[in-house]
Amino acid sequence: MSEPSMVEKVEDIEIRLLLEALYARYHYDFRGYAMASVKRRLRQALEQLGVPTISSLQERLLHDRDMLPQILGYLTVQVSEMFRDPDYFRAIREQVIPHLRTYPSLKVWVAGCSHGEELYSLVILFREEGLEDRTLFYATDISQEALEIAEAGVYPLDRMQLFTENHRRSGGKSSLSDYYQAAYGRVSFDRTLRRNVVFSDHSLVTDAVFGEMNLISCRNVLIYFDRTLQDRALGLFKDSLPRNGFLGLGAKESIRFSDHAGSFRDFVRTEKIYQRVGK
Amino acid sequence: MSDVSPQAVVIGASAGALEALTIILPAVPADFPVPLILVVHIPGDKRSVLAELFRAKCQIRVLEVEDKEPLVAGTAYFAPPNYHLLVETPKTLSLSSDDPVMFSRPSIDVLFETAADAFGSALVGIVLTGANHDGARGLRAISDAGGQAIVQDPATAFAAAMPEGAIARCPGAQVMPLDAIAAYLQKVVCA
Repeated sequence: MSEPSMVEKVEDIEIRLLLEALYARYHYDFRGYAMASVKRRLRQALEQLGVPTISSLQERLLHDRDMLPQILGYLTVQVSEMFRDPDYFRAIREQVIPHLRTYPSLKVWVAGCSHGEELYSLVILFREEGLEDRTLFYATDISQEALEIAEAGVYPLDRMQLFTENHRRSGGKSSLSDYYQAAYGRVSFDRTLRRNVVFSDHSLVTDAVFGEMNLISCRNVLIYFDRTLQDRALGLFKDSLPRNGFLGLGAKESIRFSDHAGSFRDFVRTEKIYQRVGK
Repeated sequence: MSDVSPQAVVIGASAGALEALTIILPAVPADFPVPLILVVHIPGDKRSVLAELFRAKCQIRVLEVEDKEPLVAGTAYFAPPNYHLLVETPKTLSLSSDDPVMFSRPSIDVLFETAADAFGSALVGIVLTGANHDGARGLRAISDAGGQAIVQDPATAFAAAMPEGAIARCPGAQVMPLDAIAAYLQKVVCA
């Protein structure tokens, strides 16, 4: 078909150049992200920052370091829920935990932890199951701002009804309110939940394996990557897991389309929990 | 009327979607030459049953999308609950957990706008029954990119707000009842 779309659209050129600038100047690499989402988020940034074009956003990004956290905010942050998809956490509790119990010490990696909802969900679950004391949790993200929010463990009070309901449906053995204190429209999660957590800056795009894990939970992060980048991240997970180590993905993420599909087997197929094979 | 033959059909529906799609989808022949991509508003906490339901009724393949699903002709792709569905270039589907748009996730606007980016004028967009205004902005984007905009006749819709909103935002859209939309797909897309 003879289509004018053979010529790259101006906006697409601008986005490509902005992402190059972001990488060259600040070493944040979004070049392998799924572009439809990036485009939507950048359009949103233009609208809200009152900047006319992506080219002018690029100029500000290159010359004004204060723009960096703002643009990273648009490109990275996503609000999640505690115990999002309760059946996933129920499967971790009922099917993965019995295996993990057999190990004297455990390492859990929450990759792309964003504001920490998934991290706290897992720490609470491990505490309820009596495994928290022997577990070291790694919570990583590329955004320093997100890590700070995760480490603070403060969430809007109006989200607690959903989080509490999710926790209950996940098979929670305690009341979620045991773990936080509410004040002034916000809740603050118990600092003891963080005693075995290491918060760290880590990029699935540019950084390497940093340890051997028993469980990696990375939910709704890979959907923002293109296929090539997904393969890189899944390769990191593969290399971070010993035989029989566990990998949990988001409900609609799949390793089906990946080069590393053969390194994993379905453990709980419906919940996208995989187990490392081979080695 | 565009002289480019469509490479995809996108459909958005909300309240009353099941009945409307039951008229359109089973009529689509197994050798339909392009993919159909659908966003139907469904409660986020429910496991989707749409794909299962229509699989039994349709001649084409029916899937609920998983991330990075490649687009194949003769297949209907349903957005999963609680995710936005987007079209990537080269032609694959991706998902996002970004905030709801106009209270909806999946959002019809998100699908339509990204499809318009990916397919340009080689796209048919269809807005069906619904009680909100999702899809209006997306249909306009399809029309602006030179694609075909179609809206279910509000007088025949279970809920008229969504088709009315789409017509208001996209006055050039062709307005037709469901059986005419089914016939249009056969004639224009299969031509």
